Amino acid sequence: MSSTAADDQFYREYILDHYKNPRNFGRLENPDISHEEDNPLCGDVIGMDFRVKDGVIEDIRFHGRGCAISQASASLLTERLKGLRLEDAKKIGKADVLGELGIDISPARIKCALLSLKVLKVGAYGLAGNDEDEE
Amino acid sequence: MIKTFDVAAIRKDFPIFETGIAYLDSANTSQRPRQVTGAMLEYFEKFNSNIHRAAYRIAEEATVRYEATREKVRELINASSTKEVIYTRGTTEGINLVAYSWGRKHVKQGDLIVLTIIDHHSNIVPWQILAAEKGATIEYVDIDERGELRQDQFRKLLERSPKLVAFGQVSNALGTINPATEMVAAAKTAGATVLVDGAQGAPHQGVDVRALGCDFYAFSGHKMLGPTGAGILYGRRELLEAMDPFMSGGDMIKTVRVEGTTYHDLPWKFEAGTQAIAEVIGLGAAVDYLTALGMDAVRAHEREITEYAFEALSDIEGLTLYGPPPSRRAGVISFSIEGIHPHDLATIADRDQVCLRAGHHCAMPLMTRLGVAATARASFYVYTQKDEVDRLVGSIKEAQRIFA
Repeated sequence: MSSTAADDQFYREYILDHYKNPRNFGRLENPDISHEEDNPLCGDVIGMDFRVKDGVIEDIRFHGRGCAISQASASLLTERLKGLRLEDAKKIGKADVLGELGIDISPARIKCALLSLKVLKVGAYGLAGNDEDEE
Repeated sequence: MIKTFDVAAIRKDFPIFETGIAYLDSANTSQRPRQVTGAMLEYFEKFNSNIHRAAYRIAEEATVRYEATREKVRELINASSTKEVIYTRGTTEGINLVAYSWGRKHVKQGDLIVLTIIDHHSNIVPWQILAAEKGATIEYVDIDERGELRQDQFRKLLERSPKLVAFGQVSNALGTINPATEMVAAAKTAGATVLVDGAQGAPHQGVDVRALGCDFYAFSGHKMLGPTGAGILYGRRELLEAMDPFMSGGDMIKTVRVEGTTYHDLPWKFEAGTQAIAEVIGLGAAVDYLTALGMDAVRAHEREITEYAFEALSDIEGLTLYGPPPSRRAGVISFSIEGIHPHDLATIADRDQVCLRAGHHCAMPLMTRLGVAATARASFYVYTQKDEVDRLVGSIKEAQRIFA
């Protein structure tokens, strides 16, 4: 009763690749924004450091620990954020992140997929001095 | 005496297995046999009514069935009287009841409360709230390398004359069977009031509260084949008599006058409001089911499955097992696999219809102590068969292939 097909669809090659070789992984020295969030359900943590110059995300790193979904999602998000205007970064929403992952995420795992977005939102809006409701 | 245990026959009582699932999450909540759901359905369809007040026949029937569970539970745990058997929603409510009604009266500033690092959040948070309110101190008994409580440290803490000692009979996260009888005796000698969290103990090890000697013992029906929403708090009668109600309102009163109220006798003093009647009746059927199997036989079956699973998992490369050897643990195995997060493993197992728990198991202090964010956990019960363990091993190997 192999379920290989279903698993491979869920754990697609590029997701596993981002999990095993996360992009922009690590810390920045003296970041302009640094924020961390955890998933209380599983204790997973993701943090992001941003260097912002003239409103543009010049450099970004993420750190933390978590499952393949949360780590791949964070890795993909950092790729997208690098070089983006902070104002534009704030417009990134759930659908963008889930679309980028490109897999069906079950309700039980949605928090894993969106943990990095929460870091971005709370972190970026924090710098702007605004409150932002959580997703 | 250990009866012969026919798992195939037992599984026929659990329609959920017809779906093809391998259910390895009984420490979370157990499955319920037809006998339990049937008893509840019978109440709804034949004598649905409120208890303790109506004068008509079906209400008498409901009251009799509802109260019958109390005697079944009393016998199961060997309490002296049904006055010592309080219905609750579950273990959490039972512990909160004690923290509120006993704790607020007796715990004072500077008092010491002793808990353990392997306790479930339900047996930590109510005491933290109480300690903060009263200015009391909490100390946690640590574990050794095998995941067993450090008895030397426990004895040292007892020298400080704690007001309360609370710990689990069995760890939900590691499966460790604590030497509860010895610990209770030592704590009582030190003058402490003792609460034992029996959420994982009552369903799997069974309990004789008088032999155990504790003051309070709380457990849940839904982890022992019963429905959610019905649990038990056992308390020694003189303690319960001296305690004020936890919740107040209907059914827990004797007389209410505008000048004041007198409370009902035990056990009803602690049972305010309309109760979970169907659930309590269901719990009674669950107790009947377990009693018919015999707790010795339940323990023996779980031991066999646990040894089998421990062996099978030990053979897997890159797999770390947490906690004591099978001879000293209940039917719970926590583990992690190198390079695979427990959530990913649980998702892959789910594709094979294998129900596996992944997370911190409501024991975050223990996870911190172990230096992990989460573990995967397989847990067993009366209906677990070796084939389900084999399917778990298959899912783990599949996960290792995907993540290789």
